[in-house]
Amino acid sequence: MSYIKTDRVGVIDSISALAAWPVGIFFKLLDYPLSAIQRLVGIHRMPWIFLLPNLTFFGIFVVIPLFINFAFSLTGGTELFLNNRVYTGTKQYGFLLECETFGDPITCREDRFWKGLYNTAIFIVFQVTFLVLFSLITALILNRKIRARGFFRAVFFFPVLLSPVVVALIWKWVLLRDGILNAFLVSIGMDKILFFVSPEWSMFWAVFVSIWAHMGFYMLILLAGLQAIQPDLYEAAEMDGTSKERVFWRITLPLLWPNLLVVVVLALIKGVQIFDEVFVLTGGGPGTATQFIVQYIYNTGFTEQVQNFGLASAASVVLGVVLFVLTMIQLAVTRVRDNG
Amino acid sequence: MAETTRSTWSIATVVTARRSQNGLHWSDVFSYIYLLFGVLLMFGPVIWLVMSSFKTPAGLIEFPPTFLPLGQIEVEVKGYDKPLLLFDVTMEDGSTRQLAQVRRIGIVSQMVDPENPAETFKVPIDQRTKVREFRLATENYINPLERFNFLGFLKNSVIVTVIATLVTLLINSMAAYGLSIYEFRGRNAIMLFVIGTLMIPITVILVPVYLVVTQLGMINSLWAVILPGAATPTGVFLLRQYMLTIPKDLIEAARMDNASEWVIYSKVVVPLAMPAIAVLAIFSIMWRWNEFLWPLIVLNRSEVYTLQVGLNAFQGELDVQWHYILAMTVVTLIPVVVVFAFLQKFITTGIASSGMK
Repeated sequence: MSYIKTDRVGVIDSISALAAWPVGIFFKLLDYPLSAIQRLVGIHRMPWIFLLPNLTFFGIFVVIPLFINFAFSLTGGTELFLNNRVYTGTKQYGFLLECETFGDPITCREDRFWKGLYNTAIFIVFQVTFLVLFSLITALILNRKIRARGFFRAVFFFPVLLSPVVVALIWKWVLLRDGILNAFLVSIGMDKILFFVSPEWSMFWAVFVSIWAHMGFYMLILLAGLQAIQPDLYEAAEMDGTSKERVFWRITLPLLWPNLLVVVVLALIKGVQIFDEVFVLTGGGPGTATQFIVQYIYNTGFTEQVQNFGLASAASVVLGVVLFVLTMIQLAVTRVRDNG
Repeated sequence: MAETTRSTWSIATVVTARRSQNGLHWSDVFSYIYLLFGVLLMFGPVIWLVMSSFKTPAGLIEFPPTFLPLGQIEVEVKGYDKPLLLFDVTMEDGSTRQLAQVRRIGIVSQMVDPENPAETFKVPIDQRTKVREFRLATENYINPLERFNFLGFLKNSVIVTVIATLVTLLINSMAAYGLSIYEFRGRNAIMLFVIGTLMIPITVILVPVYLVVTQLGMINSLWAVILPGAATPTGVFLLRQYMLTIPKDLIEAARMDNASEWVIYSKVVVPLAMPAIAVLAIFSIMWRWNEFLWPLIVLNRSEVYTLQVGLNAFQGELDVQWHYILAMTVVTLIPVVVVFAFLQKFITTGIASSGMK
């Protein structure tokens, strides 16, 4: 991997030298029991010993919960522990999916769930489209021969590292009633806009802020993809006098396609799970205008007076199915593309 | 063949060189405009946050806001309990005086001369302007330390980040070692399983993990935040890919010297895999420092809040104390900025080569 030889290796070296001492003692102490285990089980079973801690964690915190999730979704009541819960069959799913007309969330029995689904759908359509579009434009521009490229790349990238809470607070402060954006609007002769009172504006800013925060990540993947394209292809095209536009459609885009697909998949998978920054920014409001599916699960399971774990689990099974289907569709698309 | 490529290349450079001499292409102009706009959009809000965090509460509610932290001067006047705001007032005769405001009634404000508290005036509010001074309200940073247990949040966040990262590095590097150095039956199945768990984010299993954590008695303890995410499929995958490149001869040589498997892992493989481990360490620190939804669910008492949960709790209060929140946000953002400034290249190449965040 290319990052072995970076100029920051010096920093890493000194940090690791500092950390090496206690780590060395720790490893030394563990040597005695693990050598004993090795004598006991034999060298051929040692990989399992090395895998054991990790698999234990996966087992306890991923695999078992996955099964419990189904069990939860098939039971009712407010008890947390499974043996106190009443088996209700598919009642929770029936409750979630009961709608007069599926196009209108208000006619559904659990309208907040449908509103969450509906909002998430709108959100990802806009967020993923513009996220990918702007990541691509930025990556294309940063791939040109421009000055201070490293600086500009850092500028677009740094929000990726900020916490969602910080991102939301940064923008909330800009967008408040007496915030700087409204001051700007007043200075150019417009009226103040109460962004978080209007459902449309709240959704707009939810999309905008999440693009602002995550664009750098996708830009970086696309940039890596662009830089992997052989320069002689461009040189050959230039020799032939191919127009820049044609070079883009015939060389850049087709060769970038696998990366673009990866970016779309990742953006979709992240987009469906949108919660953190929008929750802090709008609190899901006004009303339920920016309440997404994860917030529905969170509210239903953890913040309501009556914690409805069964319903929350059923909703997360639905979310899990959506995520699974998305991943499968994308894998299939990739395979068809690569074979055709 | 090599000759032809070289000559092609040199012709190409000549062509491009000639083109760039003819001045900027429209797309170059567009690029720079886009980038400058980008700098404004990406940096602007953060700089605005930092500037605002140094303003006094009075400076914050000013509209239109000022860029620099300019605070209106307050003066102590004899006979008044609270400090009064100072104004430049244009008097009826056209002269200007500095007066302190006692109270405002509609469009008239009652003023007093700070030098001579007996003398009071009634002044229309459009006849006065605020007297400002440049002042960094550092108390925004100092007060939350005592008042909101901010240091406690900071401590919790540091504990979670450090311990979780250490646990993550240990168990994931062990698993990666097991999956890369040995050939054994079931290895591919385990790899598939690891990749499969990538598809199960915490958002899908919130309720059952909450049950497990409750069952283990860890609710409202930092372990509830540390342990569930310690085994990361991305971590195993990243480290394994790297360890696969370590020459098998090294390991065989160590075995010849009667080194135990644990010694080979800790003395040979881990030091060699340091670049990948460093990348995972940086990622883990970022994940843990920024984690929000899961701590929000399992930490319900303010003594165990992490920074992110604490910040969210404050901004959700009815009477939002923005001057403190802004300062705390800046503090929360500093470690990330420092890490980024020093390790930017590491982080960006790490992401570009692993495709993970």
